[in-house]
Amino acid sequence: MAEEIRIVLRNYGKIDPLKIDDYLAIGGYEALIKARSMDREELIEEVKKSKLRGRGGAGFNCGQKWAFAYGAQADQKYVVCNADEGEPGTYKDRIIMENDPHTLLEGMAICGYAIGANKGYIYCRGEYPQVTQILNTAIAQAKEKDVLRDFDIEVKSGAGAYVCGEETALIESIEGNRGEPRIRPPFPPVSGLWQKPTIVNNVETFANVPVIVDKGADYYASIGAPAYPGTKVVTLTGDVNNKTFFEVPTNTTIREVIFQFGGGIPGDRKFKAVQIGGNSGAFISADLLDTPIAFDAMTSIGSALGSGAIFVLDETRDIVDVITRVAKFFEDESCGKCAPCREGTARMYELMEKLNSGQGSANDIVLLNKLGRVMSYSCLCGLGQAAPTPVLTTIERFSADYNAKLM
Amino acid sequence: MVNVTIDGIKTSVPDGSTILQAAQEVGIRIPTLCAHPDQSVKANCRVCVCEVEGNRLLQAACSQPVFEGMVVKTKSPKVIEARQTILELILSNHPQDCLNCIRNGNCELQDLAKEYCIRENPFEMKTRGLPKDFSTPAIFRDPNKCVLCRRCVETCSIVQGVGALGLLNRGHNAMVVPSMGQNLADSPCVMCGQCIHACPVGAIGEVEYIDQLIAAIADPDTIVVTQMAPAVRVAVGEEVGMEIGEMPMDKLVAALRQIGFDYVLHTNFTADLTILEEGNELLKRLTTGGKLPMFTSCSPGWINFCETYYPDLLENLSTCKSPQQMFGSLVKTYWADKMNIEPKKIFSVSIMPCTAKKFEASRPEMNSSGYQDVDIVLTTRELGRLLRMSGINFDKIEPSSFDSWMGAYTGAAVIFGASGGVMEAALRTVYEVVMKEELKDVNFTVTRGIQGIKEAEVDLNGTVVKVAIANGLANARKLMDQVRAGESPYHFIEIMACPGGCIGGGGQPITKSNLKREQRIAGIYVEDEQCAIRKSHENPEVKIIYEEFLKEPLGHKSHELLHTHYHAKNKKLI
Ligand SMILES: Cc1cc2nc3c(=O)[nH]c(=O)nc-3n(C[C@H](O)[C@H](O)[C@H](O)COP(=O)(O)O)c2cc1C
Ligand code: SF4
Ligand code: SF4
Ligand code: SF4
Ligand code: FES
Repeated sequence: MAEEIRIVLRNYGKIDPLKIDDYLAIGGYEALIKARSMDREELIEEVKKSKLRGRGGAGFNCGQKWAFAYGAQADQKYVVCNADEGEPGTYKDRIIMENDPHTLLEGMAICGYAIGANKGYIYCRGEYPQVTQILNTAIAQAKEKDVLRDFDIEVKSGAGAYVCGEETALIESIEGNRGEPRIRPPFPPVSGLWQKPTIVNNVETFANVPVIVDKGADYYASIGAPAYPGTKVVTLTGDVNNKTFFEVPTNTTIREVIFQFGGGIPGDRKFKAVQIGGNSGAFISADLLDTPIAFDAMTSIGSALGSGAIFVLDETRDIVDVITRVAKFFEDESCGKCAPCREGTARMYELMEKLNSGQGSANDIVLLNKLGRVMSYSCLCGLGQAAPTPVLTTIERFSADYNAKLM
Repeated sequence: MVNVTIDGIKTSVPDGSTILQAAQEVGIRIPTLCAHPDQSVKANCRVCVCEVEGNRLLQAACSQPVFEGMVVKTKSPKVIEARQTILELILSNHPQDCLNCIRNGNCELQDLAKEYCIRENPFEMKTRGLPKDFSTPAIFRDPNKCVLCRRCVETCSIVQGVGALGLLNRGHNAMVVPSMGQNLADSPCVMCGQCIHACPVGAIGEVEYIDQLIAAIADPDTIVVTQMAPAVRVAVGEEVGMEIGEMPMDKLVAALRQIGFDYVLHTNFTADLTILEEGNELLKRLTTGGKLPMFTSCSPGWINFCETYYPDLLENLSTCKSPQQMFGSLVKTYWADKMNIEPKKIFSVSIMPCTAKKFEASRPEMNSSGYQDVDIVLTTRELGRLLRMSGINFDKIEPSSFDSWMGAYTGAAVIFGASGGVMEAALRTVYEVVMKEELKDVNFTVTRGIQGIKEAEVDLNGTVVKVAIANGLANARKLMDQVRAGESPYHFIEIMACPGGCIGGGGQPITKSNLKREQRIAGIYVEDEQCAIRKSHENPEVKIIYEEFLKEPLGHKSHELLHTHYHAKNKKLI
């Protein structure tokens, strides 16, 4: 039986987030002091060894990313925390920041020391003004206690666009430009904010860092799935009894998350599908429920863990209708920079609407499939590449739903 | 060097090359739409995607750098399907209006549709239904045709430093608009037309006046007179399948007569005249403590720019009208008199490499003859259309020469067509006026070439005159900021709005790369060399007009007909 393990939420409910003394009393900022006593390369090596991988969706090895920025020669480097959390159904970063803001600040400061940056930004979702306040209070207190020393952190309020969660669009937005993804390479650790080496990590990623420094890489690497160790905060929504969040080890299976932690489906209804990772997540059918949520396991079934949003659908749900709404979301959220996404998301929605209203033909499904396939490998950024996933996976796994609505 | 394999061909290319460049090396052409040879990488059309071994994602060839051992497939079925689908997407949102389009036959999107055999588009046609913008007399925009490559935005902001174009809205509603979403006429647009060259499709173009010309030719009571700018000949051949510079002047004159012009004259005549007026104005400013540095005033895009962005420096502008407008006021006065033609019967048509000249001709102050001095302005591209429409065969046509009184010109006028040419022409004359001796070598080569900013010094009897030349308005900005800050070391500054000067004007045959501009510049200097007379003050017809009509440079008549004044535009700028 899987059990919750609290690493990033270790202080949840135990401290008053507005009181730095509470955080200090339970050993807060000691990891930062320890990190600063270490050699920078040694510190980065430790983070690498922990195999901590990004919790923002791409699953890149955190220490490896830091090593790139550390190795880049520059007069100025930046640490940016991605707190844009625009993925519908995701609120884990908010939970962390609201309940334990200093964990985030400490993680960022450790990163700053590691790569040689003295300036950090938290790009906080525009719809989270209360979180911005908490963060600003925490930063003021940390300054007062001088725990961050020369590392300065500033909170920037997000522009309200989903695509601004993409790290290079986020950088553009901080710079005051249109929130649009950049061409990569160069990648941010080499040339990011104002063309300087920049680390962009997710809130949850940073929140893991003090524990890794404190308890050691080996401890961390021993938790959960070996290639993607640690825990993941998942948020459950949809047709599930416990619509709440849990922090579970990464080798927990989807079935355990839904039926054990989530308490199963309400009423006598049967499970139909689950979408993991937010709006761009794959739709998973019952036969794949024993897959662990760990990054690589999910990838192997054509899915992505993404932000850890888990949206459960029971047998009464109309998949085609759900997907039509997802397609609308991406039509609205495409930034419009690249042709296949700008035009493709609109066409995808148009075709889904046609099918959903009973006007579609088998040819439309064939066209949707081609469109989705092409978008998935031709678009400029992750938004356009991932937008077709729900369409493609449901056409494959829930074809009966589509066929039932054909003209 | 990096070793790569492209479609099975092994090659080694410099570090930092893109797949596109590497493919070019081995003779493989990858289709592009947003890529532009002189601009930053945009990678937004995705038409150039290729397969890179080991990567599920296709990579944009225009942006993806090569790496050691890279294996690229530029035409696998996966790639072809992706390109076709992307083109179908773009085309399903693009008016199927090719037959009526100003870029029919010269459109990058049309070429791609042809190359990729786009037949029945599986996506439903859905165009944007936005109004066309015909708010200026020079440039129109059709936002429905825009493929959002953003090349015009870069041209306008980076090359021209104007910033009249920007992006509005997101996603499927994204569009390129004049700044602040207004129409072009209210934006800071200076009508240089450089965005037309940048545009791969027909989303921006010149406002055409061919119909008005044909109506005038058809009217037996109207005498249609044309002038043609120095940069036209060198480029117009490109419109009828000739190499750059190949069009013979005497055959072009004959062709204009065939089109139906009653008299064929040359703007070069007033270019020479400009040198006498402007050269003397410079000398006067130098000797009487006038406003310096003096700026040239023959580029109307530049005048618009100065009136928009540097209204505090308008006094530095030479008061000389552009050669087009000097011609306009003289053709309906001096020339009409000489020819015994009633000025009101004259329909004065100018053929220009320029779009801003269309606007200039429409300025209310340009009526010193008592009529609108220039009735219509055609671009080189419109002339190309007329030549094609008239079915002229240049192998067979009998040569002809210009008509009298305003048709003679010198090499100094010819070089007005290239950046630095006005300066060089002025120096040829000013030198002889001041030194009272013959200039042995008329070639001031330092003023030549496409570089953005050039400078030179001339010693005139112990007075060192410092001059600077800028082409492209972003370069003009640099010199103007210096002047505004009171730090300009120069006495005389030549500015041409368009990169390379008029040969790269907004009305020239579509010019994607600067290489073409350089070739046209070379053509201009060849023509100069071929002229028997190469100094403006030696133009025999210019001598006559001063003797018989104008009397002296800067005199009363000149003041009335050849000089003008400027107005601050007071536009809202962002
Ligand atoms: C369209 C799009 C939206 C994204 N939104 C977020 C987001 O809200 N929060 C986040 O941390 N990462 C987001 N990402 C991922 C980031 O680009 C980036 O990979 C991440 O911030 C890196 O941090 P990590 O390595 O700690 O995961 C998004 C990516 C894409 C393509
Ligand atoms: S994939 Fe979509 S969101 Fe990403 S750059 Fe292209 S248009 Fe913008
Ligand atoms: S005509 Fe010139 S100034 Fe006007 S939008 Fe085009 S490039 Fe900009
Ligand atoms: S107007 Fe032309 S150049 Fe400008 S973005 Fe549109 S297609 Fe590109
Ligand atoms: S030419 Fe490469 S993306 Fe447009």
